Amino acid sequence: MADQANNSLRKTPLHSLHEEAGGKLVPFAGYEMPVQFEGVKPEHLWTREHAGLFDVSHMGPCFLFLKEGLGEPGAHEKISALIERLVPSAISTLKPGQGRLTVLLNDEGGILDDLIITRMPDENLQGMLYIVVNGAVKQEDWALIRETLGDEAQLQTADDRILVALQGPEAEAVLTPHFPEAADLSFMRCAHVVKDGERYMVSRCGYTGEDGFELLLPNSETGLGYVRKLLADDRVKPIGLGARDSLRLEAGLCLYGHDMDASRTPVEADLQWVIQKSRRARMDFPGAAKILDQMTNGPAQKRVGIRPLERAPAREGTGIHADGLKVGVVTSGGFGPSVDAPIAMGYVRADLAEPGTKIDLMVRGKARAGEVAALPFVKSNYKR
Amino acid sequence: MTQFTQQTTFYTEDHEWVTVHGDLATVGITKFAAEQLGDVVFVETPEVGKTFSKGDEMAVVESVKAASDVYAPLSGEVIDANGALADAPEKVNEHPESEGWFCVIKFSDGAETRNLMDKEAYFEFCKGQ
Repeated sequence: MADQANNSLRKTPLHSLHEEAGGKLVPFAGYEMPVQFEGVKPEHLWTREHAGLFDVSHMGPCFLFLKEGLGEPGAHEKISALIERLVPSAISTLKPGQGRLTVLLNDEGGILDDLIITRMPDENLQGMLYIVVNGAVKQEDWALIRETLGDEAQLQTADDRILVALQGPEAEAVLTPHFPEAADLSFMRCAHVVKDGERYMVSRCGYTGEDGFELLLPNSETGLGYVRKLLADDRVKPIGLGARDSLRLEAGLCLYGHDMDASRTPVEADLQWVIQKSRRARMDFPGAAKILDQMTNGPAQKRVGIRPLERAPAREGTGIHADGLKVGVVTSGGFGPSVDAPIAMGYVRADLAEPGTKIDLMVRGKARAGEVAALPFVKSNYKR
Repeated sequence: MTQFTQQTTFYTEDHEWVTVHGDLATVGITKFAAEQLGDVVFVETPEVGKTFSKGDEMAVVESVKAASDVYAPLSGEVIDANGALADAPEKVNEHPESEGWFCVIKFSDGAETRNLMDKEAYFEFCKGQ
């Protein structure tokens, strides 16, 4: 049984490296992925102090480009107008090499996924976007994009390549000897590097709250060689999905399928900042009427940070009560190694969303004291 | 009722250890389990006075990773719980089979120990895990 189940799982190009490093492999988003190497807590703390290397090849990198007119004047505006049918962010105003976090929306304004859309830095690649979607829903996302955008644009998947995140205060120092371009990038900026005919994307972003980079590398000996070089650096350790989850929770970042999903709008998820003014004025994105109404009048529920005041962690699914009534639910919860305390995120009735509001967390049926807390739990360390 | 005049330690397939003496049993999780869990951040010990049947969910141990149930290795009544774990859950990692004990049960059927493993059998069992 176990063998059968494992055979249906995909392996990333770094699978054998994970095994060599002693990673504990588990099924995740259709792949066999390392949940931890030496342990969640030491890996988490290492990333906050040094640099952690995460295999995120299970995610959905892709390129979206105009079939005709690539590099011609107005090409970026054309491709932006197409993708803006699905997302509420202003893509047209991105500068070359600039990326933006946004969300794919359904017609009710519900979040189908979160994604980063980057305008290619190269002059001759204007009209091309570099997009990374979540692994668990990549096929659905790509189908939706293809269906909505019609014949003018083509989507080329790149999830057969190596995608790694190097995160932590020492990430820049570790990476620049191999990719000098990295030093010049500020947060959410991307370089497109061509070396010996192979293509690399180096983006200054990540999902830990720390400074760091995401690298899309060719699935070749050279690409793999860079991963080995990074791992050979004393400042770098391989980090599993367990610490990735605790790091992003401390950073107050949403995990798709947990802290946001098709039943939540960006306003409820406290992500209204992904909707730039120009798009609000145009009201031309899916679910715009509902989303703008919530922006004006407030949503019924809102995503907040939560601090259990006792030591018991409040895990996903824990009911949130106030005055004996259910007022919300925890959508991510655990222990934050850097804050050395249990932390959580969840949705509460909007009138209870103010930090400091006392709530009860129904951990295994028992009410335990908690309070609404400001996000993030750990101050972000991005290079602006 | 079976009485254990000497202190004997048994192990369960769920990685609890049970040290019996007379009609009392001290329960905790094994070193193997503590290592698998990683850093323990919270332990919910059972309330004194509660009774459990063998196999009931009796306590919860939470690591950085996840919450795991601890099952009653024997039927009986809880007569003591390790209050020190409330403030120092890390004792479960540091000394899982001594200071990191969870509770003491006054057990009702000593024959239930027959299904438990001795140290050697448990050691073999862990190899297959």
